[in-house]
Amino acid sequence: MLRFFVNKLLLVLPTLIGITIVAFAFVRVLPGDPILLLAGERGVSPERYHKLLVQFGYDLPIWQQYFNYVIGLLHGDFGISISTKRPVIDEFLARFPATLELSVFAMTFATVIGIPAGIISAVKRSSVFDQLTMGVALTGYSMPIFWWGLLLIILFSGMLHWTPVSGRIDLLYFFPPVTGFMTVDALLSGQKGAFQSAVSHLILPSIVLGTIPLAVIARQTRSAMLEVLGEDYVRTARAKGLTPVRVIGLHAFRNALIPVVTTIGLQVGLLMAGAILTETIFSWPGIGKWMIDSISRRDYPVVQGGLVLIAGIVMLVNLIVDLLYGLINPRISHQ
Amino acid sequence: MALLEIENLTVAFATSVGPFKAVDNVSLTCDRGEILSIVGESGSGKSVAMLALMGLLPWTATVTADTLRFDGKDMLTMSAQQKRTIIGKDIAMIFQEPMSSLNPCFTVGFQIGESLRIHMGMNRAQRRERSIELLNLVGIPAPEKRLSLFPHQLSGGMSQRVMIAMALACDPKLLIADEPTTALDVTIQAQILDLLVDLQKRHGMGLILITHDMGVVAETAERVQVQYAGQKVEEQHVRELFRDPHHPYTQALLSALPERATRRGRLPSIPGVVPGQYDRPSGCLFAPRCRYATERCDRETERQGAEFGFALCNYPLKDGDPTGYPEKAEAGQ
Repeated sequence: MLRFFVNKLLLVLPTLIGITIVAFAFVRVLPGDPILLLAGERGVSPERYHKLLVQFGYDLPIWQQYFNYVIGLLHGDFGISISTKRPVIDEFLARFPATLELSVFAMTFATVIGIPAGIISAVKRSSVFDQLTMGVALTGYSMPIFWWGLLLIILFSGMLHWTPVSGRIDLLYFFPPVTGFMTVDALLSGQKGAFQSAVSHLILPSIVLGTIPLAVIARQTRSAMLEVLGEDYVRTARAKGLTPVRVIGLHAFRNALIPVVTTIGLQVGLLMAGAILTETIFSWPGIGKWMIDSISRRDYPVVQGGLVLIAGIVMLVNLIVDLLYGLINPRISHQ
Repeated sequence: MALLEIENLTVAFATSVGPFKAVDNVSLTCDRGEILSIVGESGSGKSVAMLALMGLLPWTATVTADTLRFDGKDMLTMSAQQKRTIIGKDIAMIFQEPMSSLNPCFTVGFQIGESLRIHMGMNRAQRRERSIELLNLVGIPAPEKRLSLFPHQLSGGMSQRVMIAMALACDPKLLIADEPTTALDVTIQAQILDLLVDLQKRHGMGLILITHDMGVVAETAERVQVQYAGQKVEEQHVRELFRDPHHPYTQALLSALPERATRRGRLPSIPGVVPGQYDRPSGCLFAPRCRYATERCDRETERQGAEFGFALCNYPLKDGDPTGYPEKAEAGQ
């Protein structure tokens, strides 16, 4: 088990190095100068410009800048934001709970609907339900997130007034953040209606963010179940006189879980990308919106640090998925 | 009254070009303490008939029968829920591929215990005790240790023993073994067959042995039913069947056995293949491959009585010669 873990970490290392290079190069390739953008319309004198350049270390040769950046990372230093002058890691940690909360809701929405829909489609293959579900899934998968988000806002917020348009909670409520999760904090604050308000703010963004994972999970569950339902051990289970629910839900589904869990793990990576669009549409103060804002300000340290942190989280999730394999299917052992 | 009575069972599969009859008006009976063997080549419908009885066919299959009675209970009119109280308890089945018939995600103990919990309502301790007893019964050494093993940790022979233990869990009245030794090594085959016959004798249950291996039939069966292209073509006691087959197909099958080949040189074989969905003859299904077939055989075929082993043949063989066969000149027409 320990060896498996060490092996996995060794595999992760080259990926991480690659990400630091990409993150570092990415912001510098973009046209625009962080110092000029910081100065704004008032402009900046050439002397002051040079002083700031030296202060941020952008006067050094490019390889040396990268070197300093990596040395910093190795010391756990993600740099200081140019625009807010606060450590990148602090800014990240302040916003990450919002994204995590949204992602958890979106993923819950996607799996709770996607898995049963996939199972039923597989069991009732070629039925009206199956064709309808797979049609809807394909549509959901193909839909641009920002457009889908706007449609939902127009319908549910604009016309029906069922849900709020943006933000995490009503302005009426205020309480200090304890966990950073608005729903949990609202419950802890004990204010009446706060929790409902927090949840109602989560509904639309979760649906928008969860739509693509939902479609992918439903389709993957269906194809994994179709494969497994024809297996001999499913026939054995039926020959035991077990109920269909037990045959399908336990004997078949347990075997279909591996590809489904893999898909869910991979979706977490896409979720981060989706979060950027979703958070922008709904003014959700998470890392997606933070990254977009930082890119437009050419805040080099924030973009670099943010990308590495997000990539690290995605890799961590995939590592957890790898560990789950062994629990789901005993044939995959971690020696 | 026999334990299992099946009369005129027909199973048709819906295909894109219309229904295909995998089992065509097959009747069979099996009594307590009896071993019935169903023999036939691949595609003769021998497994499908039993899967139909168990309700294990896919939804594309349509099952019809005049009688489908088990232990006095009519299985045709029974609800799915009632059926589940019989399937896996009073009728158990073991399959051809033991390695893939066990669920790779669950331990041996869980899979044996499952039937015990569902059908017998046993608690954890009782299940464990009974599982150990069952593994002992099927000749698995150190059963306490095997309970926590997963199927991929077992050999093929061991897996089939576990399958047999699972099937015997609730003391079934009828055990259906669908080619139980086909996927196993020859040395293990004999062990598993001996085990099955021994358990059948000790528990007095009915055993239906589906096989394509005449050697297995000779070794274990009492009564033999030969199937061809979904039809029952002959039924006899095993000794008589080997001594005096009445259907030309049975005769051809037996003469193709290497052990029975009398002459040196090429082993006799049956020319042609089993008719498929598209080239199904209108009369006798075996006619295109039969050396005795006449023009009448292309039109119709007659079911003989017990003296000819219920052979589905116009000219049943008697000591190797067709009975009532027309004169040579006439046959040539």
